[in-house]
Amino acid sequence: MAEGGHSVPLVDPTSADGVFSLMWLVIALPAAGAAVLLIGGALAPRAFASFGHLLGTLMPIGSFALSLAMFLQLQGRDEADRQVVQHLWTFIRVGELDAGFDLLYDPLTALFLLLITGVGSLIHVYSIGYMEHDPRRVRFFGYLNLFVAAMLVLIMSENYIGLFLGWEGVGLASYLLIGFWQHKHSAAAAAKKAFVINRVGDMGLSTAIMLAFVTFGSVSFTTISAGAGEAGEKTMTAMGLLLLLGACGKSAQVPLQAWLLDAMEGPTPVSALIHAATMVTAGVYLVVRSNFVFDYAPNAQTVVVIVATVTLLWGAVIGCAKDDIKKALAGSTMSQIGYMMLGAGLGPAGYAFAIFHLLTHGFFKANMFLGAGSVMHGMDDDVDMRHYGALRKAMPITFITFAMGYLAIIGFPGFSGFWSKDKIIETALAENWIVGVCALLGAGVTGFYMTRLMIMTFFGEKRWEKDVHPHESPSVMTFPLIVLAALSVVSGVLLLGGWIEHWLEPVTGVPDHHEPPIPALAVTGLAVLVVAAGVALAVALVARRPVPREAPTEVSFATRAARADIYGDAFNDQVIVEPGRALTTGLVRMDRSVVDGTFRAGVVLVGGIGALTRRAQNGYVRSYALSVLGGVLLVVLALLAVNLA
Amino acid sequence: MDSVTPFIVLSSILFTIGAIGVLTRRNAIVVFMCVELMLNACNLALVAFAHQYGNLDGQIAAFFVMVVAAAEVVVGLAIIMTIFRTRRSASVDDASLLKY
Repeated sequence: MAEGGHSVPLVDPTSADGVFSLMWLVIALPAAGAAVLLIGGALAPRAFASFGHLLGTLMPIGSFALSLAMFLQLQGRDEADRQVVQHLWTFIRVGELDAGFDLLYDPLTALFLLLITGVGSLIHVYSIGYMEHDPRRVRFFGYLNLFVAAMLVLIMSENYIGLFLGWEGVGLASYLLIGFWQHKHSAAAAAKKAFVINRVGDMGLSTAIMLAFVTFGSVSFTTISAGAGEAGEKTMTAMGLLLLLGACGKSAQVPLQAWLLDAMEGPTPVSALIHAATMVTAGVYLVVRSNFVFDYAPNAQTVVVIVATVTLLWGAVIGCAKDDIKKALAGSTMSQIGYMMLGAGLGPAGYAFAIFHLLTHGFFKANMFLGAGSVMHGMDDDVDMRHYGALRKAMPITFITFAMGYLAIIGFPGFSGFWSKDKIIETALAENWIVGVCALLGAGVTGFYMTRLMIMTFFGEKRWEKDVHPHESPSVMTFPLIVLAALSVVSGVLLLGGWIEHWLEPVTGVPDHHEPPIPALAVTGLAVLVVAAGVALAVALVARRPVPREAPTEVSFATRAARADIYGDAFNDQVIVEPGRALTTGLVRMDRSVVDGTFRAGVVLVGGIGALTRRAQNGYVRSYALSVLGGVLLVVLALLAVNLA
Repeated sequence: MDSVTPFIVLSSILFTIGAIGVLTRRNAIVVFMCVELMLNACNLALVAFAHQYGNLDGQIAAFFVMVVAAAEVVVGLAIIMTIFRTRRSASVDDASLLKY
């Protein structure tokens, strides 16, 4: 889709010195935390219960401090020098494959590190309060640390093998944390579903890695980006599509989107960290990191754009009809990741904005998920928004911080989401007006469902259950909310003077300048108008009349479809689960009849022969003697025949 | 050379009589005697051939057969005695419990 503007290959990264020589420690800290908490917590649960959560929180904070120091160091360097590699050890050396455990630190990794360790630390702090009464809190922090370590491996690896290791690691952590309350059947099932659907995507990613190895003889980003131009467009398109399949699984893009809404069964900090701010955006990271593949595969880029556009509308529509506050936010996450994917699919013109939106979304969505957790905390873990209402007085801090996130996501002028989403819509309009209009429409729907969520939760009348007394959460939970709310408001400054575009240029290359068909200011004005229309519609439909405590059943087809996740599960059931079940039933039947039957027939045959021949054992000595004599006669006759012949 | 032929013929006749006796008689003692007859027919053949070839191996083998036959008689007669005491019969057809 994007023409020209090919990326700068990662050439000759410098080796790590100074503060960069501590790069490994960023991963090692949370990894050590996970090991200590999971093993120690199992051996001495009482001792660890008193300080395990503090230890678990300190680890990502340490990583964050290191990331900040490295970020400042990298800024002081020349632009050409901003790629640092640290070789730790040889990971796999078999035949021609030589993959080292190498860490890469470049502008893209730097931003991701800050997001993951920063938001991760805040969510660890929040979890101290949220999980206070859970008897398995130490294990929870162990899993959270495991997730952070795996996510850091994913984004810091210098080759696809290391990336894949982290990719699977976050999948495991996600599985463990979705099913953390495993006594709930729904949580266990949701964890399994997420795991299985992710395997489909992982198959794509691993095949792409194999293809890269066959084509380039290496899995390192440096080597592949240097040789990408000569590999031919067909190979590159195949590789791009396979990478996209992997990204779809991890980032819940259509058609592998069905797991994300069920994943909300996990504890809310998990939803905020893994299923909003970091892990689900790994697919976007994969596409941006593999920009050297997509730049030579315009067809694959087109598919990325189509998938992204479908998903951003799909998720937004689901978000409109959900009464479960976390599921409404999950639909919104799908939709926002769709925006990021759209930016990433637009090529060098959009990479920087995709990452920009990823960062701002990480802040405001984590903020809102944690806010939803705070609301649930006050409402005795009720998630049904029809049982909320008028909470702004009962929870002032949660309300104010949530409102900041709300204004950011709908793109209220001046807030972070306004800048990031607007840039993506602008770029999309410049590339292809259909996609651009869809993105605009999605922004309007976002305004609608977020306003609906806001009104149902914080405004209107009290619709609380009996015996529920909403209260503000403790300060250990509100502190992260305040920090994230502040970031949701101000993180738009990253765009100031085109800083983020310029910062990412060493990774994503310099975009060609397309003249937009309509001036940027007009696009911005149009976007604000569309969002305002969505908000006004929500106010008219939700705020002006009482919200029923039971979800109405007499609703339009569109609402019913959105409540059923646009029949994503039904489709999977009909197309994959049912035929699969029929196949296995058939195979079991064949095993029972054909395979078992063959062996049973053999048994019957041998038994029959035995039953006949055992009659010879009649117990009469003289008949035995006769058979001996007959046998001897036969032997003698045979000998004679041989000798005479 | 021809001087051996009558002995072999006699041996064959004795062996055949013994074999027919084993197959047809029911009395365990008679069957036993028929077995001895077959063994002795074999001894006769062994000695005759040893004489023909001027070789002592056959004669030594005949002694072995006698020793083994003597040992066999001891065990065999003891078994026949025991069977007779418990069943009041020396018929080999009566002792046919060990079968299918």
